[in-house]
Amino acid sequence: MAGVSRTVLTEMYENMVTARHYEERLQEEYLEGKQPAFDISAGPIPGELHLAAGQEAAAAGVCQHLRDDDTVTAPHRPHHVAIAKGVDLDRMTAEIFGRQTGLGKGKGGHMHLFDPEVHFACSGIIAEGCPPAAGAGLAAKKRNEDSVAVAYLGEGAIDQGAFLESLNFAAVFDLPVVFVIEDNDWAISMPKERVTDVENGAKRADGFEMPGVRVDADDAVEVYEVAGEAIGRARDRNGPTVIEVQVHRRMGHFMGDPQTYRPEEDQEAAAERDSIERLEAALRDYGVDDDAMETIREEAHERVEAAIEWAKAQPHPEPSDAYEDMFVNPPSGVTDSEPDFDLAGGDD
Amino acid sequence: MADESGETRDLTMSRAMVSAIAHEMRENDEVFYMGEDVADYGGIFDSTEGLREEFGYDRVMDVPISETAYLGAAVGAAQEGMRPIAELMFVDFFGVAMDQIYNQMAKNTYMSGGNVSVPMVLTAAVGGTYNDAAQHSQTLYGTFAHIPGLKVVVPSTAYEAKGLMHNAIRDDDPVLYMFHKRLMGIGWLPAPDGPKTPVPETDYTIPFGSADVKRDGDDVTVVTLGLHVHRALSAAEDLADDGIDAEVVDLRSLVPLDTDTIVESVEKTGNLVVVDEDYRSYGVTGEIVASVADEALAALDSVERVAVPDVPIPYSRPMENEVVPDVEDIAAAVRRTQ
Ligand SMILES: Cc1ncc(C[n+]2csc(CCOP(=O)(O)OP(=O)(O)O)c2C)c(N)n1
Ligand SMILES: [Mg+2]
Repeated sequence: MAGVSRTVLTEMYENMVTARHYEERLQEEYLEGKQPAFDISAGPIPGELHLAAGQEAAAAGVCQHLRDDDTVTAPHRPHHVAIAKGVDLDRMTAEIFGRQTGLGKGKGGHMHLFDPEVHFACSGIIAEGCPPAAGAGLAAKKRNEDSVAVAYLGEGAIDQGAFLESLNFAAVFDLPVVFVIEDNDWAISMPKERVTDVENGAKRADGFEMPGVRVDADDAVEVYEVAGEAIGRARDRNGPTVIEVQVHRRMGHFMGDPQTYRPEEDQEAAAERDSIERLEAALRDYGVDDDAMETIREEAHERVEAAIEWAKAQPHPEPSDAYEDMFVNPPSGVTDSEPDFDLAGGDD
Repeated sequence: MADESGETRDLTMSRAMVSAIAHEMRENDEVFYMGEDVADYGGIFDSTEGLREEFGYDRVMDVPISETAYLGAAVGAAQEGMRPIAELMFVDFFGVAMDQIYNQMAKNTYMSGGNVSVPMVLTAAVGGTYNDAAQHSQTLYGTFAHIPGLKVVVPSTAYEAKGLMHNAIRDDDPVLYMFHKRLMGIGWLPAPDGPKTPVPETDYTIPFGSADVKRDGDDVTVVTLGLHVHRALSAAEDLADDGIDAEVVDLRSLVPLDTDTIVESVEKTGNLVVVDEDYRSYGVTGEIVASVADEALAALDSVERVAVPDVPIPYSRPMENEVVPDVEDIAAAVRRTQ
């Protein structure tokens, strides 16, 4: 753990326990109104909900290196990444509860969180965050700035054209982009080996002659070290990198997923390999005792509780709000700068 | 509805769809199914439940999340004479594979002067009503019906789901089969009462281009499809209490379009209300109104359109309820014609 300070470890721990607790609480709120019969459209949080419990190391280890002006695009499973990137937790929570003061005024929901203050966005279409991340890298390069962009994707997304095209685009223009694959072994019900030709997704980098590194351990510290190198390369204008991180899906693909396709042992194994416990061991090595960790956890819980309480006190949108925000420059507001010019040369 | 032996059973729309696919797969080794989560999961919307157990992974194929590759592979296999069925989990995902759909699947027959046929079925889930937001709630009827070369069908009940699917698989042209999630009868997304119907045990085909009058009425013609058939029928019941007698026409296919049935009804009622769950502009509602105007302008006393006002589907409940047409919206539109 050469280059890792106690502060870095502590901050990563804060992010990871915040994300874990946040999702435990969201799960409770989500299930309200969905008992005894599960109806996805009922309760205070309707629609699909994709939780990321077991994937926090990939978020914390990478985002620890990022500044507010660095861009992150996340996929349909975004909460842990959003938290690590510093997205406004109150307004993100209000968005998930569909409230008027949410990040998207209730228009986006949990798969479509946008926080331009910290250059964060996510999308529910597989791999479609990759091209915009390359675009953020392109903007940084054109403007001679040293910001970088990180695109998150699942291991199931590495077979998608948008990812592969973005790799080439980033490579050919030497863009400051890091592609982070979260390998949780599953794409909904499809095990990786059934649908993907490589065991190590970072190998996708080979065909584009860029570095591809895999972190096998679901270990925040190792992710931090590998990401540090990749992000450093990007900032120094040395081009893109692919990182794959082995993570674990502790939950169903989405809330309500019966997971009948998934062997018991696989679920148990995911529950046992906990990157948060692993980081706690590392913290102890650094002299952070259990009381101090307990304090961090309590603070994280308070922050989460406060965000949820705030969100639930926010107003719902009015039905007519649906017609707002189609354009930042609504058609009626376009200034008419057409010259007084008659193409036909008529005498009017 | 019964076949010769008279054997029917009540099925959900998903079971009816699966029973047609299973029947065709038993009869014809060249029929196979490709999609994400169609094997062990049985389709996110139960569209393939039980098929992998009967036919194995080779014929009920889980595929990589590579829509361009597997939809295009279906086109290629179909051109070789096989009868693939490929599933787009949500119609909203068409964007990542649109070329294979609209430049290859839809055009190869025409560009080859009729020498190439593409006997495939593309199935896709459509629809909102459960707060899944703008990338997972669209009902893109117009997008696909607009493209010359695709047949587009939309079941509203289990009976239609089976008959249209038999026909879709047997058809020698590409057929887009759009099923509404809310109608499938999925455990976690409760369906209304209407779509579960008696379904004959044997195979039967519902010809494309034959709309079905789901309710007779004299005062107004409500033309619709998919989920909104059921909402229109509810609205018609409410309106009957006020003495307004609405006829409800279920299109069942957009391409070909059964203009005759619509015109016949409008000639009787004089009033036309078109309802769908797609965007309002440049879509199904405008097309139906224009078709009727072309053929029977003089018969039209009034026209109303009920569709999604041109905004993406918002996530939050009050806003989604506002933009997706409901029973009240349909009833109000009908009242405006009276
Ligand atoms: C283009 C596209 N195809 C299919 C889907 C449906 N879908 C949503 S999540 C998912 C699985 C994604 O697996 P992975 O990338 O491994 O991410 P994970 O869910 O495991 O985090 C699929 C197929 C989609 N959203 N977009
Ligand atoms: Mg995965």
